[in-house]
Amino acid sequence: MSPREAFALRDYLGPELKGRTLSDARQVVSLTDILGETCLGGRLDELAGRSVLLAIEDQLISAVAMTEIDGVAWRMLLCPSDLNADHSQTLIEDADIDVVVTDHPARWKDAGVYLVVAARQPMRAAAKAKTRRTTEWLMLTSGTSGAPKIVSHTLEGLSGAIVADGPARGDRPVWATFYDIRRYGGLQIFLRAIIGGGSMVLSQPGEPIADHVARLQARGVTNISGTPSHWRKLLMSGAASGFSPRYVRLSGEIADQAVLDGLSRAFPAASIGHAYASTEAGVGFAVNDGLEGFPASLLGTGRDGVEMKVEDGSLRIRSRRTAHGYVGRHPAVLTDDDGFVDTGDMVELRGDRYHFVGRRGGIINIGGLKVHPEEIEAVINRHAEVRMSRARSRRSPITGGIVVADVILADGDASSRSDEIRARILADCRAQLASHKVPAMIRFVTSLDVTAAGKLARTDA
Amino acid sequence: MSVRLRIISEMQRIAAEQQVTLPPLDDDLSLHETGFDSLGFAILVARLEDDLGIDPFTIAEDAAFPLTVGDFIRAYENVPA
Repeated sequence: MSPREAFALRDYLGPELKGRTLSDARQVVSLTDILGETCLGGRLDELAGRSVLLAIEDQLISAVAMTEIDGVAWRMLLCPSDLNADHSQTLIEDADIDVVVTDHPARWKDAGVYLVVAARQPMRAAAKAKTRRTTEWLMLTSGTSGAPKIVSHTLEGLSGAIVADGPARGDRPVWATFYDIRRYGGLQIFLRAIIGGGSMVLSQPGEPIADHVARLQARGVTNISGTPSHWRKLLMSGAASGFSPRYVRLSGEIADQAVLDGLSRAFPAASIGHAYASTEAGVGFAVNDGLEGFPASLLGTGRDGVEMKVEDGSLRIRSRRTAHGYVGRHPAVLTDDDGFVDTGDMVELRGDRYHFVGRRGGIINIGGLKVHPEEIEAVINRHAEVRMSRARSRRSPITGGIVVADVILADGDASSRSDEIRARILADCRAQLASHKVPAMIRFVTSLDVTAAGKLARTDA
Repeated sequence: MSVRLRIISEMQRIAAEQQVTLPPLDDDLSLHETGFDSLGFAILVARLEDDLGIDPFTIAEDAAFPLTVGDFIRAYENVPA
């Protein structure tokens, strides 16, 4: 077997780079020494060729366990600590799990798996583990309802963007992320730290943000990632002053101009980039020009083998970094016939840039409340004067969002009566809908877009 | 119509729609005392943006929301055209 065919996480760790560490709020471990350690109590051999569920609450122990298990097990399924216990049996069946590695063994004793291995604090191992095979990395999608889907990756695909970017410039980076490293966005940062020769500072659930930032500063964090919501929370906390990373990265949500500008004011010395990635589609691209959206020129075949296109308004990605497929008894289809993953993220071309406008899913968020636009349209459409309508969310600096409705009148000549019709529609909506669902504004339009599938085009979410 | 009059008349219109009884809109009246809730202000700001072409609370660097009716009106008057 050639080294390329079986290259595991441990093969990026060597004794030649000194002083690399992995830390959380409780402890610091040496990444240089990690190869000689085990958190499986020396039971790694029992995991050879097995399908392993990694259900470890502690991120640091989980990180050490990943490094041990990769290249030994057949597959490992990474579970973030917030996994809903109701879904664990489905996951075990879907991924043919026969071993659970956990820091809470008692919870799994009735799970009906072949083996439950306790994950403990790292300790000296009797022998250094060797890479034997290419382990399949299974990750969970972050869907909000129902059981998460399992997607299959390889280390080569997961690290594709990291290898393509080459080594980080300047001193060896100290990475941090607000994400859990068992989530795609967090795992990317963990892998960047391991592969790029750096160190890493983990997040700690429940830690006050000021304490977290103090820890980031104390450990000399240079590169840090999170979602726009993570960053907004940090900016609002006032805890950012004194922290001065070199590189600030956003991903996982739409990075709008306000959050990008807020970060460049808070961290004037940092370069600020937003990346597009998803558990299914892998890392698409990173944008470093400080502007929201991305240049339309990124569509087509990129320099590192990522192909992107926009079809029916959503971004589609084909590359070696996308997941290999869904895993389960009845797996959904991940890609189209040409191998493109439909991200479900809707984009809109304005000038020479594409802007993200929301998820295809279609639920609109009004001041934190979820609204089905169809419900509002149904009330509006009941008016005889109305031919068609579309409710959507409009950004508001006060509530985050308000409902606005675009209405096509049945009789184009009714525009002279538009004030009267508007008043009647609003009166009806107020009588029949909760107040946050009542359109703040009604706009009369002459057309509304319909997709090729015959559905009303919704470009907000 | 001046910016001030447009704002006052839009507030009266929304108050009627929301069935809010407005007190006299003196400059010193706190926005809280107008009886508008956050949705009412969200509607007001959105409609004024369509009417006047500006939303001073989104474009401002420090988006502190005004406290009184007078402050609110000045936020619109002070935006360069």
